Amino acid sequence: MRETGGRGVRADVRLSHEEIRRYGRHLILPEVGLEGQMKLKSASILLVGAGGLGSPLALYLAAAGIGKIGIVDFDVVDESNLQRQVLHSTPDVGRPKLDSAKDRIHAVNPNVEVELFSTRLTSENALGILGAYDVVADGTDNFPTRYLVNDACVLLRKPNVYGSIFRFEGQVSVFSAPGGPCYRCLYEDPPPPGLVPSCAEGGVLGVLPGIIGTIQAAETVKLILGIGEPLVGRLLLLDALTMKTRELKLRRNPECPVCGEHPAITELIDYEAFCGITPPDAETEAGEYAISVTDVREKLDRGENLFLLDVREPQEYQIANLGGHLIPLNDLPRRVHELDSSRDIVVYCHSGMRSGKAVQFLKQLGFRKVKNLVGGIDAWAAVIDHDMPRY
Amino acid sequence: MATKVLIPTPLRTYTGKLESVTLEGNTVGELLQKLTATYAPLKRHLYDDTGALRNFVNVYVNDEDIRYLQKEQTRVSEKDTVSIIPSIAGGRSV
Repeated sequence: MRETGGRGVRADVRLSHEEIRRYGRHLILPEVGLEGQMKLKSASILLVGAGGLGSPLALYLAAAGIGKIGIVDFDVVDESNLQRQVLHSTPDVGRPKLDSAKDRIHAVNPNVEVELFSTRLTSENALGILGAYDVVADGTDNFPTRYLVNDACVLLRKPNVYGSIFRFEGQVSVFSAPGGPCYRCLYEDPPPPGLVPSCAEGGVLGVLPGIIGTIQAAETVKLILGIGEPLVGRLLLLDALTMKTRELKLRRNPECPVCGEHPAITELIDYEAFCGITPPDAETEAGEYAISVTDVREKLDRGENLFLLDVREPQEYQIANLGGHLIPLNDLPRRVHELDSSRDIVVYCHSGMRSGKAVQFLKQLGFRKVKNLVGGIDAWAAVIDHDMPRY
Repeated sequence: MATKVLIPTPLRTYTGKLESVTLEGNTVGELLQKLTATYAPLKRHLYDDTGALRNFVNVYVNDEDIRYLQKEQTRVSEKDTVSIIPSIAGGRSV
């Protein structure tokens, strides 16, 4: 590779006469030129999602002459997609989005190599899929995948061109670029399910993903060419109703759980659980990661050195407690460094639901000696300590 | 001293569709207290049960995140604009 700012040019890359005619308007731009166009041809971009944001991304990146475009998607084209997902057409309804995406990309530019991943992006496959690409463009539609893409890009040290939309409002930034912040520096935790209305509930102006996805495409091309000022450390907000844009400063959070100085997350976790949308885990109800109130009583009576972790809220702690270390469940990802994974940890809450989630979360981080107190402090009050108030 | 607070689209449902609300207050915390006192249903979207600002809601004074200023004690004047920036995923429900 010859390094000349941005990505390099692969030694085997040449432009044919057809390509020189096709890319003429790029070639006469001093900021692109022959060298820049060959950088674009040498580059590979992975699109996560072939929907509203992925559509303009795929079309413009293909037109710009990106050498290889990978797409991860597992959906089929639905009539309700056509209002904004311009990669797919009316005759494509019912086809896999990957198939119509590939057809459209090749119709725009047959020189582009297209790699299709007909799967949901998961903690198991993400590093393998993303690892082979230069830049990732995130056009996903849900929080678990957002955090998965972010964490994978941080672990792989790959730029993540982020775009997100809601109704009339969009956000764009470039995360995980050298020295820049990541998505978790901005939002450490996802909202609990149900608190933020989804696009399916809230709707979205069809043009909006077109605008936001096109900005993502521009940022991607700039990163490859190494020109201009990419949106690193900046969050661009666009309100399509007022057609006003604003820009906010983003800083790298030194305490970020994934890109901070002492990261708690060093491998991919279970993002569905992290976002609170996994059904309760049987293991934390009865299995290896569960413990009964009577077993805890016996261990304490034998003088075993248990670390009790209380994941309730402070006002509940005031009502009754077992003298545990208080970290409310929502704060756990941020405060996980307060825990010692080599100790025997018993996690409790009121009835065992939140502590079950906490145990699942800690398991994903590699804690092995952590158990959920089945039935919570309520069971303790009912079975062990009849003087304890129940609430 | 009145300061403008910009309400993001997902939360406008709770402010009678208002895009911005102008409130009296010396600090970001005072403004947000007044905002949630006026629009009570907004409260659980901005604060958790302990009264702490939620991690998926960021508050900016002009273009700077209050986490890097004096947090909720950040002082504001009538020249400032306060923005509430919640995380949005875009697309389908999770």
